[in-house]
Formats: sequence, structure tokens, C-alpha cells
Amino acid sequence: MPTIKQVNEPEPATEELSLVTAAKAGDMGAFEELVRRYDRNVFRIAQHITQNREDAEDVVQDAFLKAYQNLGNFQMQSKFYTWLVRIAVNEALMKLRKRRPERFVSLDEDVQTEEDSMPREIADWSPNPEQLYDQSELKDILGKTINGLPPSFRTVFVLRDVEGLSTEETAEALDLSIPAVKSRLLRARLQLRERLNKYFKSRRSGDGTK
Amino acid sequence: MTCRDFLKELTDYLDDAIDTKTKAELEDHLQWCHNCYVICNTTKKTIEIYRDSHLYELPDDLRGRLRSAIMSKCGKKDSSA
Repeated sequence: MPTIKQVNEPEPATEELSLVTAAKAGDMGAFEELVRRYDRNVFRIAQHITQNREDAEDVVQDAFLKAYQNLGNFQMQSKFYTWLVRIAVNEALMKLRKRRPERFVSLDEDVQTEEDSMPREIADWSPNPEQLYDQSELKDILGKTINGLPPSFRTVFVLRDVEGLSTEETAEALDLSIPAVKSRLLRARLQLRERLNKYFKSRRSGDGTK
Repeated sequence: MTCRDFLKELTDYLDDAIDTKTKAELEDHLQWCHNCYVICNTTKKTIEIYRDSHLYELPDDLRGRLRSAIMSKCGKKDSSA
């Protein structure tokens, strides 16, 4: 079985390095180029974590402003994008805490046991989900499904599997150990699979329902 | 290898982050265990469908407004420094 391809290849590191160096020296054009390069990613991450459009818009602005204000502290040892993601995730988690203080679970808490992720329903998906639902129905299902995961799981999932950060970069951005990232990622993937199963599992002929 | 052992390695297997020997053991398990084959296949589809879904794309008009707001705030920060 073929494995998952990595996507969202980052821009060449040397080019990014010169942009960051110029931005640190006060070149607003270089900073604007960094905004242009990563604003879509930051918005996607923020919306996945906060599940709220207005909050995601605020996070994009606050994260880039904070990055700009702290460029002098950026050590250039890690990638600028990983550093920016770390800022954005923290801003998004703060929004979530404000909005849902009673339900909030921090990234450090391991909220479920491995048993919770053990597959219960096993059925293949055929035809492909893209053939079963139109694009807006599919987005609705995917949004609702990922929203049901604890924030600590969906944050790891979005960084690793949607944005294509490596396990090491995800660990650095979230200040987690590599085993913790792997454990959350496995459980996030299995829980999403289980939840999507009810929409996508194969239907017997004659069933006729979507 | 048990199904539980297989599941523990599933993430590294899908990411192709395992050694050749373990990979061969996992693929041997997949040959005869239909349940693990289905779980592996549908988990892989789960990842691909999210990655390809374009969920939460930033619309162009909002993107422009956000970038203007960011650059304006950064400029103000500079002039107040």
C-alpha cells in the first residue's frame, strides 16, 4: 500500500533566510512578502483550531503583528514558518480559551486513553467520498468532524497532515515531545477515520441513501 | 504481529518513517488481515481527503483586507517606536 506523500513543500530555505534578514533590518516589503507567503496557512491553522471565522481573522492579524514585533528575537536556527506557526497556534489557543473556558483542554493534557481510538467499525469506503458528496457537502462534513476532536488532537493533525510540517517541526511548534506528537497524531487520524466512517462507508446496492 | 501491534505502527507506516524490517512485517500482516487493510486504507483516505479538501481557504478579498490591516499596524508600531 503506498504511503502518504508530503505536500506543501516549503519555499527554498536560502530565499526565505534573505527575506527574514531583510525584514529584521526594517525592510517592510520583505515582511509583506513573508505575510503573502504564509497568510493562507496561518488562516487555515487558526480556523481549524478556533472553529470560528472572526477569531481566525484576528489570529492572522495578531500572529503577524507579534512576529513583526519579535523579529529581533528570532534566532534563525529554526525555520521562520515553524516559528510563525508557534505564535499563531498560541494566539489561536488563547482565543479558544476566551470563548470556551469551561471546555478548554490544553495541549499538554492527554485527554483520552488509547482504547478510545481503537477502531470499532470496519468498512471500506467505496466509491470515493468525493463521488458521494458534492464539494460543499463534503466540506461541511469534514468541518463538523474535525471540530469534534479535542483541540490538542486537531492541532497536531492540521499541522502534520494538512500543512505538511514534519513530526520534528510540529513538536517544535507545539512545544511537545516527538512521542507525544506521534501519539496524538495516531489517535487523531484514527478518530477522524472512525467518525467519517458513518458518512463514507460502503453502502449495499439498493440502499439508495447518501 | 497482532492487530494492536499493527495499529501502533500505523502512523509511522503511513508516513514511511519505519525501518525496512518493520515495514516488511507490517506488509505481511496486511496480506492476511483484512480488517487492518481496511483501517489502513481508510485512514490514508482520511488524511488525503482533509489535505485535498481546501477546507478554510482564505478568500482573496478577505486576504487583501487582512494584509492591509497587518501592514498598517506594523507601520504604526514602527512610527511609534
